[in-house]
Amino acid sequence: MRLRYLTLTAVAFFSAFPLYYSVVVASRHNSALAEVPPPLLPGGNFFANVARVFDTVPFGLALLNSIIVAGSISIAVMFFSTLAGFAFAKLKFRGKNAMLVITVATMMVPAQLGIIPLYMLMVKLEWTGTNYALIVPALVNAFGVFFMTQYLSRALPTELLEAGRVDGCTTWGLFWHVVLPAARPAAAVLGMLTFMSAWNDYFWPLVVLSPDNPTVQVALSTLASGYVNDYVLGLAGTAIGTLPLVAVFALFGKQIIGGIMQGAVKG
Amino acid sequence: MSTLPLAVTRRRGQGMRHTLDVRVSPYAYVAPFFLLFCAFGLFPLVYTAWVSLHEWTLLSETQTFIGLDNFATLLADGYFWNATFNTLSIGVLSTVPQLVLAIWLAHLLNRRLRFQTLFRVSLLLPNVTSVVAVVVIFSQLFGRDFGMINWVLSWFGVGSVDWAAGTASSHVALSVMIMWRWTGYNALIFLAAMQAVPRELYEAATLDGAGNFTQLRRITIPMIRPTMIFVVIVSTIGAMQIIAEPMLFGQSSGGGGGIATGGPDRQFQTLALFVYEQGFANSTFDFGYASAASWLMFLAVVIVAGVNFLITRRAKGGLV
Repeated sequence: MRLRYLTLTAVAFFSAFPLYYSVVVASRHNSALAEVPPPLLPGGNFFANVARVFDTVPFGLALLNSIIVAGSISIAVMFFSTLAGFAFAKLKFRGKNAMLVITVATMMVPAQLGIIPLYMLMVKLEWTGTNYALIVPALVNAFGVFFMTQYLSRALPTELLEAGRVDGCTTWGLFWHVVLPAARPAAAVLGMLTFMSAWNDYFWPLVVLSPDNPTVQVALSTLASGYVNDYVLGLAGTAIGTLPLVAVFALFGKQIIGGIMQGAVKG
Repeated sequence: MSTLPLAVTRRRGQGMRHTLDVRVSPYAYVAPFFLLFCAFGLFPLVYTAWVSLHEWTLLSETQTFIGLDNFATLLADGYFWNATFNTLSIGVLSTVPQLVLAIWLAHLLNRRLRFQTLFRVSLLLPNVTSVVAVVVIFSQLFGRDFGMINWVLSWFGVGSVDWAAGTASSHVALSVMIMWRWTGYNALIFLAAMQAVPRELYEAATLDGAGNFTQLRRITIPMIRPTMIFVVIVSTIGAMQIIAEPMLFGQSSGGGGGIATGGPDRQFQTLALFVYEQGFANSTFDFGYASAASWLMFLAVVIVAGVNFLITRRAKGGLV
């Protein structure tokens, strides 16, 4: 039993240490990195380094873009996934099971392989360089639909819907007055998961956006790709661009983890 | 008397609308997903095949049909095979230890423990860190001259390793980054499956004198097989598409080379990165060639995922 705690503590340490160390480096001066042994405590240079980040790349714009993109995607995913999850979990229609199987199967499609035609499509739509190229393809996804289907079939009593029918509710009325309120706990978890993955998305924004109108991750990669390795600059950007999200996660971690584990049980 | 027909028509009208509502509206509710998937998922994938049969660049106005020429060129392209090798090597190095470790961690967590939530949250911290942040942080840790990893290794008499420069060492470094980001996540998925295994099985096994490791091998692993198959397939598909890590590692570890070459000697260029190089980072923007590479990559994904599916399904308790 003691060994168990020791192992888990060691693993927790290795999970957290790189994040901690990035803050240490981000709050130092570049010269401190050459010290042996390396510095293990934060220094006093953090805000000066952050100021340099804002001077080097359009970081304010990047933050704004990321908030707009991740925010709209999360809201849309919550809404459309709950809608589809309601249909799959509680409504009867022909071909339902096959459609649900197809939905889950699409999660296995390696979407990255279609990247070239997807880019050509964005050129045609004149969406390259704009947030539309990031938002529209991500408005709803298979994971969200499956996740809400799982939750609603378990947590939403069918009697509640029947009672609504008797009172003369249309299907849409049921969705609006009964399903949406009942779906709130799971939708909140889904929203947080979606926000995090949209915020952290890197490759597609890199392909479709230009460096002068980036998201946070694209701006961070620009910072890190300078001709001279300025680790302090790169890690200062990382600290303000990703660590707030990690902190939010640590705060709501219990709920988010519960959500991930529930969504995963039936593969 | 005159009110009766009116009531009947109204009821019939309502009935129509009711039928429409019950029969048709479900399709409208699931439609957004399918429309979006067809437009931005399925169509690009299928269209890739069409593009791959052409001499097709971003810059030229016309496209010439050239049949399978792109594929023939690819099969003779040393860089393509180099990328295939790197993908498989990094894939194996990152996925196999990762899944073994994840099962073991899940097994450790699958008990009544104090600080359960704290352990779980810390396990998942790496996963909510963006890939850019992960690579920037680890490029510093793996730095040749002042990196912490070389510093620790020097205690054991290991000279400073130039991690990004060598083929094997860069693959190890990239695998560590991938493992760091995904082990905890997979451990939680396994844990979710393990919690559904009836407790009595373990109690009975304990009474029979079966140790911890035997219980893991003989009870846990057979009971969570469906989840294992799922995780193995998803991890395989993910590993075959690795791109952001080598791309960023090439940028932030210095050493020259373009954004998409995976190091100056292409020592860690993966297939997905090769596709990106041909399509977007090359001065030719050769969409046709890149699409052909995409399709061969798709083939590789299907084959490797299929083989892993068969292995996982066959594997008896003795997997670990």
